[in-house]
Amino acid sequence: MPEVKRKYVTPGELVGKGKYNRTSNVYQIEDKFYSTRVGMAEVINDSLRVIPLTGPYIPREDDLVVGKIIDHSAFAWEVDINSCFSGFLLAQSVFGRDYSPARDSLTKKFAIGDLVTAKILAFDRTRDPLLSVSGPGLGRINQGEIVSISPTKVPRVIGKKGAMIKTIENYSKCRLTVGQNGLVIISGNPEGIILAKSALDLINHEAHTADLTQKVQDLLSRLNNGEK
Amino acid sequence: MSKLLNSKNRRLDGRKLDELRPIKMEVGVIDNANGSAYIEFGRNKVMAAVYGPKDVHPKHMMKTESAILKCRYHMTPFSTGTRKNPAPSRRETEISKIISEALEPAIVMTDYPRTAIHVYVEILQSDGGSRCAGVTAASLALADAGINMRDLTSGCAAGKIDGKVALDLDEVEDMEGDADLPMAILPNLEKVTLLQLDGDFSHKEFIEALKLAKKGCLKVYEMQRNALNDKYFGNGKA
Repeated sequence: MPEVKRKYVTPGELVGKGKYNRTSNVYQIEDKFYSTRVGMAEVINDSLRVIPLTGPYIPREDDLVVGKIIDHSAFAWEVDINSCFSGFLLAQSVFGRDYSPARDSLTKKFAIGDLVTAKILAFDRTRDPLLSVSGPGLGRINQGEIVSISPTKVPRVIGKKGAMIKTIENYSKCRLTVGQNGLVIISGNPEGIILAKSALDLINHEAHTADLTQKVQDLLSRLNNGEK
Repeated sequence: MSKLLNSKNRRLDGRKLDELRPIKMEVGVIDNANGSAYIEFGRNKVMAAVYGPKDVHPKHMMKTESAILKCRYHMTPFSTGTRKNPAPSRRETEISKIISEALEPAIVMTDYPRTAIHVYVEILQSDGGSRCAGVTAASLALADAGINMRDLTSGCAAGKIDGKVALDLDEVEDMEGDADLPMAILPNLEKVTLLQLDGDFSHKEFIEALKLAKKGCLKVYEMQRNALNDKYFGNGKA
């Protein structure tokens, strides 16, 4: 077992000194690493990272996001992906390469106000994120409940190898689609949705505490028994 | 001339020369903002809120390489003894600018290209030294919003009253005193991001005031950390 050192940090706090190959959310001056966020610092072997507890969603390539169509031009839809950058979904990627604005109308596929699950194809500092809806599970969302959580807590909702999400799905008998941008779609029966929602609430508030999966399991089995 | 110090070097409110006013801080007080903080710095009451990063308007102000920081320091009409006109005054425009310049070195602006970060500092009640309280609150609000920062910014003033260097002047001491030296620092990186001087210091007094203000800033920083710990980790217990 590699040695794991954890501590709570605030911006500007010294997290570690020395050589680290993998770092995240830290700022380096010579051989000293300072945290740039409020969060939990973790040092494992040669990796040093701060897991933030708060913050906006910054898109990354290959992220799955849940978004809302807010506008369209002749060639693309503009999608609000709960970030400071709005996503663009090209008409070509939906209608195919022979898309022609004279023949196909964008509103036929997605109207303004529609919710979609999409994947981020490309994003860099100079251009807005490019989205794609081709792939299993991507496209318009027709049913379910949308719940918003802090984007920094998405990894905890998913859990190690999807353990947390499986737990919630088993207890609530609902399907969860977790967007990296902090929007979660729960689809299933109403009782299950309420159950899943309360689990997400707990994670959102106690993401930094230990034994989170156990706590969620306890809550869900308690609610399950209370209802019956 | 009025006396600001008694024979035992105690100030009008009973403080020693190197004593801060009582300070209270709270993080995350406004749900609608991305980050927020509330500070009581003696009789100062300051609310700060951060929105963003979000898209830039007007578009021509956008920077392709980094974010832009927009600050607004504003005093409410009820913040002073006689009603203050809510329209931005010359003084408020100046303080908005210096707060923005005090915060900018702390933020990793290049992490958020083509965006704007809005900081609103609202003075609910003022009693001297509100720019330092404003910087302190704004920095907490930025940390609460989860914006990448190299360090927190902590502000505190020093000054000269009745010929003696003193820490953290209040309204009366500021008006009747000889000098006021507001300062803000990045405590871990040991950099000064705000330094102004209104009044006269000898060289020796200036160095003394600078050291005293730094000491005050470090105490403020400690309280900022506690405020963040209180909100996020339930009093910093690991």
